[in-house]
Amino acid sequence: MLNIGPYSFKSRLLLGTGKFPNFDIQKEAVEKSESEILTFAVRRMNIFEPNQPNFLEKIDVKNYTLLPNTAGAKTAEEAVRIAKLAKASGLCDMIKVEVIGCDKTLLPDPIETLKASEMLLEEGFIVLPYTSDDVLLAKRLEDLGCHAIMPGASPIGTGLGIINPLNIRYIIEQSSVPVIVDAGIGVPSDAAKAMELGADGVLLNTAVSGANDPVRMAEAMKYGVLAGRAGFEAGRIPKKMHAAASSPLEGMSVL
Amino acid sequence: MNMTVNGRDVQLPDHVTTVRDLLDHFKLNKEMAIVELNQSILDKTTRDDAALSDGDRIEIVQFVGGG
Repeated sequence: MLNIGPYSFKSRLLLGTGKFPNFDIQKEAVEKSESEILTFAVRRMNIFEPNQPNFLEKIDVKNYTLLPNTAGAKTAEEAVRIAKLAKASGLCDMIKVEVIGCDKTLLPDPIETLKASEMLLEEGFIVLPYTSDDVLLAKRLEDLGCHAIMPGASPIGTGLGIINPLNIRYIIEQSSVPVIVDAGIGVPSDAAKAMELGADGVLLNTAVSGANDPVRMAEAMKYGVLAGRAGFEAGRIPKKMHAAASSPLEGMSVL
Repeated sequence: MNMTVNGRDVQLPDHVTTVRDLLDHFKLNKEMAIVELNQSILDKTTRDDAALSDGDRIEIVQFVGGG
């Protein structure tokens, strides 16, 4: 089980809801992924174009835990405001702290992320900060009381996979709260790799929504996460520098 | 009554006096709408009766797809 704050989840795959081709494909992809946590952004309603469909109306909201993000915020104060707006929906009390410090790389601003997380914890939110793979920053976020740490595998939307597996591993090893690898996942093996390293979960969006067949990719990611987790729990063999035969060396039949 | 709604200056008919009236006027989905009135986020359970005044600044937001 994946335990975040007071919540428990069977699935270790968290799915973003952005950029799907249409709601029908999105709904099927969500179902195939078997994700229980869905992320959302908070944006203005278009007051001059009412009745635009909303994905939340297409799903049974009570079957999911909603994880709104603070995307768009560039300061801690902006992130806190977005988080409070999200909470006012009455639908959730978890928040993905996302304070982007660079428009080109979309990398998170560590100082503002730390400040926002501290402020939101004081407000009583369940706080999941999206952070870089900086090991000490992850530790500082955990020390604040964050309920999970979400280091990026690589920049948002790149699909480059885990750029620095050593850092991700260090973060996992030091952390006593769940570590969810968030952003940069491209293929199911990336998700499996994160889980093999010992991550508690994987959060991805574009890898599924941007795939040629998002529904199949959602299912593939589910298996990637399951396989990686099973491999981690089973315990891998040590890496060796030299070969070690798996067939017996004795008892060869000789002509 | 003149207000700023989601950054747009709008003129509203006289019968629009509460948040409920405002959401109805723009035919917005009340379930999805989250309302901030003059930088104060309104509690969903009580917000519909909140009174509006000339010059109010209102933000109406919702959850949309995002990662």
